[in-house]
Amino acid sequence: MFDSATLRLERANANEREADFVLKETQMIDTRIIRILADIVGKENVSTEKADRLCYSYDATQQKFLPDVVVHPQTAAEISLIMKMANAERIPVFPRGAGSGFTGGSLPTRGGIVLATERMNQIIEIDTENLVATVEPGVVTEQFQQAVEKVDLFYPPDPASLKFSTLGGNVAECAGGPRCVKYGVTKDFIIGLEIVTPQGDIITTGGPTMKGVVGYDLTKLICGSEGTLAIITRIIIKLLPLPEAKQTMLVLFDSIDGAAQAVSNIIGHRIIPATLEFMDGRTLDCVRQATDLQVPEAAQAVLIIEVDGDKEFLAKQAQKIADIIQPLGVVETRIARTAAESEALWQIRRSVSASLRKVNPDKFNEDICVPRSKVPEMIRKVDAISEKYGISIVNFGHAGDGNIHVNVMIDKKVAGEAEKAEKAIEEVFKGALELGGTMSGEHGVGIAKAPYIPLEITEKAADYMKAIKKALDPNNILNPGKIFLDQ
Amino acid sequence: MAKLKDLEDYRDEIEQCVKCGACRAHCPVFGAERREGRVARGKVALSQAVLEGEIDFEAKVMEDLSQCLLCGSCCAGCPNKVPTDEIVAAARRRIAKEKGLSTFGKGVAAILGRPRLMNSLAKTGGKLSALIFKKLPDNSGLRLRFPLPYLEAGRTLPYFTDQPFRERCPERIEGEPGKPTVAFFTGCGINYMYPAVGEAFLKALKFLGVTVIIPKDQACCGLPAVSAGATATVEALAEQNLTALTREPVDYILTACASCNAGLVKVYGDMKGDCAELGIKTRDIFVFLLEQGLAENLAELPSVTNPVRVTYHDPCHLRTQGITKEPRDILKSLPQVEYVEMENAGTCCGLGGTYSVYHYDNSKKIGAKKAGHISASGAELVATDCPGCIMQLQDSINHAGGKQRAVHILELLSEALPEI
Repeated sequence: MFDSATLRLERANANEREADFVLKETQMIDTRIIRILADIVGKENVSTEKADRLCYSYDATQQKFLPDVVVHPQTAAEISLIMKMANAERIPVFPRGAGSGFTGGSLPTRGGIVLATERMNQIIEIDTENLVATVEPGVVTEQFQQAVEKVDLFYPPDPASLKFSTLGGNVAECAGGPRCVKYGVTKDFIIGLEIVTPQGDIITTGGPTMKGVVGYDLTKLICGSEGTLAIITRIIIKLLPLPEAKQTMLVLFDSIDGAAQAVSNIIGHRIIPATLEFMDGRTLDCVRQATDLQVPEAAQAVLIIEVDGDKEFLAKQAQKIADIIQPLGVVETRIARTAAESEALWQIRRSVSASLRKVNPDKFNEDICVPRSKVPEMIRKVDAISEKYGISIVNFGHAGDGNIHVNVMIDKKVAGEAEKAEKAIEEVFKGALELGGTMSGEHGVGIAKAPYIPLEITEKAADYMKAIKKALDPNNILNPGKIFLDQ
Repeated sequence: MAKLKDLEDYRDEIEQCVKCGACRAHCPVFGAERREGRVARGKVALSQAVLEGEIDFEAKVMEDLSQCLLCGSCCAGCPNKVPTDEIVAAARRRIAKEKGLSTFGKGVAAILGRPRLMNSLAKTGGKLSALIFKKLPDNSGLRLRFPLPYLEAGRTLPYFTDQPFRERCPERIEGEPGKPTVAFFTGCGINYMYPAVGEAFLKALKFLGVTVIIPKDQACCGLPAVSAGATATVEALAEQNLTALTREPVDYILTACASCNAGLVKVYGDMKGDCAELGIKTRDIFVFLLEQGLAENLAELPSVTNPVRVTYHDPCHLRTQGITKEPRDILKSLPQVEYVEMENAGTCCGLGGTYSVYHYDNSKKIGAKKAGHISASGAELVATDCPGCIMQLQDSINHAGGKQRAVHILELLSEALPEI
């Protein structure tokens, strides 16, 4: 692939070099291709400027790969043409929403084209009769949530990045979030898609109906496929009625076991709160060190529990939860009476990321998921791994669905720490798998977790998946090298 | 000797950016133009690439770095509190050092660096006001045409006064014994464009019996020069203000302009040298008035039968310092005011000092959103604490065809206070 590209570059003649687009340091794409792209999306929406390529070279993994060109299409028709051209010319295409992923799903690891969806940011319809909405992929998640909440509807998935990540990215990664314990993850709300296939065909999957079993469920296949099987150009979303009210409580425990047991007991009592977040003792240590938030020394773990629904029902349910957990070493229970008080309770959870970084400069944020009843055991395993390697590992996350954010904290500048972290992470993954869990609950594989895939997926299962990719994208044009490094 | 930091000095802060993208939710420029080069993360990445020698200050890099309001919204919303506003300002200083100041930047530096020139220019402006400014009916606000270089037609500007505020008031106004002594840092907006705000300021302090010193030789805070990357000008202005404001002992230095406040607190505060001490003494006027118990005084005033509906716009330069409650508290305690909160009161008005001169189109886009929120609030007046914001808000309202007026909270306070 690289050979023919190099050849093409050499063939680019002097006339072509005088085109409007001056080619700088690109390896794969000549001015003829740039001109085609400009014909498709307009000159102002194509850039080979080094500054623009730098600005689309990263995501939240902090890794950097320079693309050759950045394009900003606005329609499925434009994307279709781009994919057809890319296939003919064998140029890789990397779709990108907000570039806020933690596993490198949008990184242009092989140069080529970054296809940014920033211009496709229209909410096309909110159908209040059928409780269904249709959006373009570049719509920011929180803006969509605010729009539907204005008409008393509700889109629950709430990844931590919801203020800036896009729905297209959320669907591609199957994003989660605190509320998923009760309501389910992104794919549970996606009932139809319009996509551009790797070879440039525009097709639709599913539709605006609540049921539909004709043919394979391509919608679910595309959700979480990390941009390797299709480019999402339109999303049909199922909505719920907006709960009337919510009540937030923060409970401090004297041990992590007490908190973990509380999670099991709440669920065991057939109560599923809207959120059930936890933070372990080391997380609280970091918060104490980095902020002036009030966290009593006796507290070794925290649960933030939120219930939502009809007003009359909330106080009763909150009381029931308080009764269930009282015998489990509760140091203090704080219940919010107002929205402002609720926000104050969340402050501890929201301060975690920045607090961790203040205490240790570098962190690896993993997001294993285990069966809910195994959370206490998993935490003990992580503690043992932390001790074995002599590096700090802090845990917090979505206890209610067993999704634990395991943060391995190191200083990369200290020799040997990065290697230790790598070994520790591998052991954490193995630990989660031993308990019947998974390496990733919501961040995806991308390139960050790709080396560990054989730990979780058998060779046969991997072959099954790769066969799908190969059939749909025979030239390996769309987001190559993601999930499976050898693709 | 006052000395601003170099881009090099921000290496650690730049490395604190983990590229999470949170600034995409907060940057007003990104809101107007959804490209990564326009958002804080992109500008930090470019600054980093410059430091690492990966890219030069080529045209596109300079363009992206010019597309920043220095409002600090990104920093306030950043999990790691990366000071992109300071990083961009430092990058602009480096551009100016390597490439020279832009023509407009040179103008800014020349005018700000020479107060006498500024005085005479403003006075000329005042005289010309009547001749060249086309005034539209009062009910649509002060719609003035200002067809001069760098100022596009259709922009609303206030009159430049022909008698600057500091020339019309004494240098010291004695208050009551036992009350604090303060220096009034007027800033250019109040001195040249909104002298009535300065008068209102003096009335409020007189009401409280505070002694006020208004040093005549105080200069511009230097924020427009920070925006233009004019290092030497900023440093010279800081020195001059240090001299002017420390000649007599004062308890506080007060500002009634959010940008001046940020200039003194943040820019001087971060400088190497003695100027940092000015920042420690500086208070926003409403923070001071509340500390002095003015809210209780206001509560005793008789209420008014037909209150005017007023909303508040948070100037970025106060909001990002955490000053949001105090101006609202004063507004809410005014007897003639019915306070309404507008949606997105905390988003930038789009002025960004010299930003709106370079990028009036984007500035208008950002302002248009604000005008929509003001209109939706149902308020007749939008009050704020920054002459720059007042100018931009009125311009945005006029473009949107609104009837609301933008005012300084001090003007409303002055109305409410009894004559003494």
